[in-house]
Amino acid sequence: MTQTKNNSKSILDSAILWKAVIDSFVKLDPRVQARNPVMFVVELGSVITTLLFFAALSHPGEAAPTFIFSISIWLWITVLFANFAESMAEGRGKAQADSLRKSRKDVMAKKLAEASLKSAIKAVSASELRKGDIVLVEAGDTIPCDGEVIEGVASVDESAITGESAPVIRESGGDRSAVTGGTRVLSDWLIVRISANPGETFLDRMISMVEGAKRQKTPNEIALNILLAALTLVFLLVTFTLYPFSSYSASVSHGQPVSLTVLVALLVCLIPTTIGGLLSAIGIAGMDRLIKANVIAMSGRAVEAAGDVDMLLLDKTGTITMGNRQATLFVAAKGISESELADAAQISSLADETPEGRSIVVLAKERFSIRERNMQELDAEFVPFSAQTRMSGVNFDGREIRKGAADAVEAYVLDQGGTYPEEVREAVDNIARNGGTPLVVSDRGRVLGAVQLKDIVKGGIKERFAALRAMGIKTVMITGDNPLTAAAIAAEAGVDDYLAQATPEEKLRLIREAQAGGRLVAMTGDGTNDAPALAQADVAVAMNTGTQAAKEACNMVDLDSSPTKLIEIVEIGKQLLMTRGALTTFSIANDVAKYFAIIPAAFATTYPVLNKLNVMQLQSPQSAVLSAVIFNALVILFLLPLALKGVRYRAVGASILLRDNLLIYGLGGIVAPFIGIKLIDMLLSSLRLV
Amino acid sequence: MISSGVLQIILFMLVLFALAVPLGNYMALIYGYLPESKVPVKSAKTNALLRPFIAGENLIYRMAGVKPAREMGWREYALAMLVFNLLGMTFTYLVQRLQFVLPGNCEGLAAVSADCAFNTAVSFASNTNWQGYGGETTMSYLTQMLGLTVQNFLSAASGLAVLIALTRAFSRQQVETIGNFFVDLTRSVIFILLPLSTVLAIFLVSQGVVQTFGGYVRYKPLEQMVEAAVPPSSSPSGAAPTVYKIARGPAASQIAIKQLGTNGGGFFNVNSSHPLENPTPLSNFIEMLAILLIPVALCQTFGKMVGSPRNGMALLAAMTAIFVACLALCYMPEQAGNPAFTAMGIEQNASAESSGGNMEGKEVRFGVANSALWAVATTAASNGSVNSMHDSFIPLAGLSPMLLMQLGEVVYGGVGSGLYGMLIFAVITVFIAGLMVGRTPEYLGKKIEAFEMKMSSLVILFPPMAVLLGTALAVSLKDGMAGVLNGGAHGFSEILYAFSSAANNNGSAFAGLSANTPFYNYALGVAMFVGRYALAVPVLALAGSLVRKKKVPVSAGTMQTDNWLFVLLLVGVVVIFGGLTFVPALALGPIVEQLQMIFTK
Repeated sequence: MTQTKNNSKSILDSAILWKAVIDSFVKLDPRVQARNPVMFVVELGSVITTLLFFAALSHPGEAAPTFIFSISIWLWITVLFANFAESMAEGRGKAQADSLRKSRKDVMAKKLAEASLKSAIKAVSASELRKGDIVLVEAGDTIPCDGEVIEGVASVDESAITGESAPVIRESGGDRSAVTGGTRVLSDWLIVRISANPGETFLDRMISMVEGAKRQKTPNEIALNILLAALTLVFLLVTFTLYPFSSYSASVSHGQPVSLTVLVALLVCLIPTTIGGLLSAIGIAGMDRLIKANVIAMSGRAVEAAGDVDMLLLDKTGTITMGNRQATLFVAAKGISESELADAAQISSLADETPEGRSIVVLAKERFSIRERNMQELDAEFVPFSAQTRMSGVNFDGREIRKGAADAVEAYVLDQGGTYPEEVREAVDNIARNGGTPLVVSDRGRVLGAVQLKDIVKGGIKERFAALRAMGIKTVMITGDNPLTAAAIAAEAGVDDYLAQATPEEKLRLIREAQAGGRLVAMTGDGTNDAPALAQADVAVAMNTGTQAAKEACNMVDLDSSPTKLIEIVEIGKQLLMTRGALTTFSIANDVAKYFAIIPAAFATTYPVLNKLNVMQLQSPQSAVLSAVIFNALVILFLLPLALKGVRYRAVGASILLRDNLLIYGLGGIVAPFIGIKLIDMLLSSLRLV
Repeated sequence: MISSGVLQIILFMLVLFALAVPLGNYMALIYGYLPESKVPVKSAKTNALLRPFIAGENLIYRMAGVKPAREMGWREYALAMLVFNLLGMTFTYLVQRLQFVLPGNCEGLAAVSADCAFNTAVSFASNTNWQGYGGETTMSYLTQMLGLTVQNFLSAASGLAVLIALTRAFSRQQVETIGNFFVDLTRSVIFILLPLSTVLAIFLVSQGVVQTFGGYVRYKPLEQMVEAAVPPSSSPSGAAPTVYKIARGPAASQIAIKQLGTNGGGFFNVNSSHPLENPTPLSNFIEMLAILLIPVALCQTFGKMVGSPRNGMALLAAMTAIFVACLALCYMPEQAGNPAFTAMGIEQNASAESSGGNMEGKEVRFGVANSALWAVATTAASNGSVNSMHDSFIPLAGLSPMLLMQLGEVVYGGVGSGLYGMLIFAVITVFIAGLMVGRTPEYLGKKIEAFEMKMSSLVILFPPMAVLLGTALAVSLKDGMAGVLNGGAHGFSEILYAFSSAANNNGSAFAGLSANTPFYNYALGVAMFVGRYALAVPVLALAGSLVRKKKVPVSAGTMQTDNWLFVLLLVGVVVIFGGLTFVPALALGPIVEQLQMIFTK
């Protein structure tokens, strides 16, 4: 099951499409519409015009029945389009939820009386498990519920949740002790303490999130809704009072007051139906994009907050640098050739399986084409690293090669009766200053030179940070290194600040200070010791591989456990807000053209001279009103892909973003309807529909 | 070549801005100093100058039992403002009703009618100064001085207080209080309004504005006039109808604050076109400066107090952009003249002898440029005084002052109220535009969230509601239609203008509408009340919410609110919101009138 990976379904997936079409009609229920004041008013208008149509059929109405009918139909279509937009967005989430739900099938759990293999096993349904229960899960079993491993080690297939097919190791203690219900143990066994009651598990939360079942409006969405409701109210007033104005005008001039149908049409055209119809789709689609990025947000609020984040705390290892240090340089002592040093360093590292050791072997091979030799052939004796000696090495052929921390090797050499050369001391200091870790290699009492191990800053990360800076986001590198090393790496990676020798308390303090200064902080964490900082951060992303404590404290979980995911999340948050702003601007800007279409038409009989304002040269008053209404409906459908995909986000400063979006959606919003309404009018009159 | 009219306008703008900056800085100083620190500045010289004022301020606190160091939360602040204003309203009402038994009534004027007294009390307390009555035939000297002039000061000071409270909401963070209403009120009067009015009143007297307790002057003309500007005396003494009266009174002292406090209620019926209110082109120029001076200077005060003068200047730039556009909209058709007059062979071109243009309803001593500038300045600032009859403007030119009021009186606007209205638009602008840069919107570091949008929505919702519903009511009722003196679309314009003026607390009258009837007195009274207090309370609530928030530090991701892009956006939002609301109504009034004038033969 790899649904989360392969969810880049096209917008026009036919199953979702059909479901959405049906849903659009189901959602005509006024109780559903009442949640959205803008569309509720449109539906009300549809009902009124429908009634007017039937009234016009039986006795002469305020306008030709065909005209009222056309307006009424298009008003209904407007509501349906808005419903369709929401259903489409929901549909994509629902499809995911369905496949997730399949993995939640009820399994039988092996409940233990106590945390021991010897304890009696009682088979119970997973749904009967409660927090604190202890269960045994053996190879081939599905883990019945979220929990923490208290004994055992096993490989677990978590593809149901993460979409990642490679099994992961879960074991008691440490940062890999959390297991998720619905995943499967492939080998060995685990004793798990259940940490969630049924219905509250990670999978449950994930389903409800993607499904949007308990979708609550986010703070910014609420604020925008208030503005839209206020605008709707203003335009309701405008059209409501236009009737007395118009009958006064008709009484002092001539002709008929404006018809109710035209008033309803004007109202629907003026109220922000474009954004009103697409608003919930934008929100759902934002969550959807997050899910596509394999991140599960625990609340919509967190997604919005991500757009606001102005400080990122990033772990050095894995995010900014490659996972491990690598050998990058050999500095030979006086009288020793570099290849000689490389050769000794390589031999001493052959048995060293740590990544650092491997990198020395590789560097020696690359630089001096020194082949790896077989330890057996050399008849060498490997001296493993120990905390006491802080060295490792190899004895063979009468040689005693050691490599290790500078001070350890120095003590060793002096003990052997050798001398510690000054130039090596200098080299060691130099390496440390440049952010590297020095290793000194010696052979008995002779110092051969130093090896520089260095953190390798990931390619392209510096540009990424520059982009973040342009967006106004400050990056802080978190590392356990000493300040000297940290500063060097920070400079190389281009982060704005760093926290060296970071402890959980230090991290928490840093976040609190930043927040007191008004900043919104985002961070990624996986370990239990990250939990306090995660709980304090505004946007806290826990790795899916992380501990239960970390997952509890976060408001998003990254299923890929990718340390750079945070940057993507910020972009998704920004994109969500931008899409809302752009469509609001577009929606309001549209009104200018609609006035030019409808006002001359509405008062055509009272003040024919107002036709001078008919700058679009629309064919007839009826065609003008109808064209405006049709445009208003169609624009929802045209902008639906944009609402679902989101406005393109570029990592540039706010001023440039604003200028560009204003040009596209502000100016575009003014111009587009002039063209659109004119085209529809031409089409209507060429088809003789009005 | 630039015409002399345009030159006068440019000169006016330059002098205005030159005076506004120092005044703005001074006001920031006055509102900024804390009662504990006793003195506003370190400079001993300035303090010596201010010492008498400070003494007066403290005297008032002692007398009133105000503890100046005790600050108020927004609810208490709003309550203090409301109760204080209601008391002022009641007092003004009673003075009018009882003027016939009170002293200072040398003409023996009767009690003001209940509806008119209600209207006038609300009008002056709400800084609207709509006048349904004629001053010299209705109000005694005591009423003018004790009722109206006092309210001129207090309504302006109330507006200032609300603005300063909102300003503090931006400059402070994570506190509950927004200042002490009584301190802000007292300082507004003692340090700003009183000194400026005194200087202006003395200047006006030098120009010939009357200031006396002597009664009206009676005279017998050498020749019998055919048509009298002042109606023949009907005094109880039963003098012969050939005796005429020239109304006088303590006018200069009231006119000074009427202009400075963006009040606009004239001492005499014809307001600032009256030769004893506005006698010379120089008095006209200085009065126009007085009208816009404080509202313009407040932008500087705001910028200074929130620690970013550029932000204040951005607001000022947006206001000025709309002002200049509306001025052009008013001045150009006026100067071009009325095609109907041209058809009658009336010379309307500017020449050495005449300023040319449409002179109907204008004073010859002011001409077209100063009439248009006055009309735009008074409707931009919620002043509402007139020196020409807007009713007689070319329709498009008449649309300009009407639109300025309908935009919500935020282009300079009333003293205090103009800027706080504009700040609400800034909040809305930031909300829409801020979303477009992908952040929860913030203005001056304060996040704009649901509560702020709710309050802002109320502020932009109430005035149009009062204008549109009031106008709809008037055109639907017999009582409303009874007051309309002109037929056709122009009659509609007159009613629309009256409600736009009242609900936006301007007080400007289009003329051509007999508004001293119970219907209009009550309807416009309610509109004025809503337009003032239904806005001030949400503004204070907004302040109460903002003052609690942290200030988000500025970064590259922050939307700038002190650059041209923001100015452009703010102008766009003000024009689009105001425009979209009133386009249909305007189309049935001045727009159709203009089209009829051009296209109907």
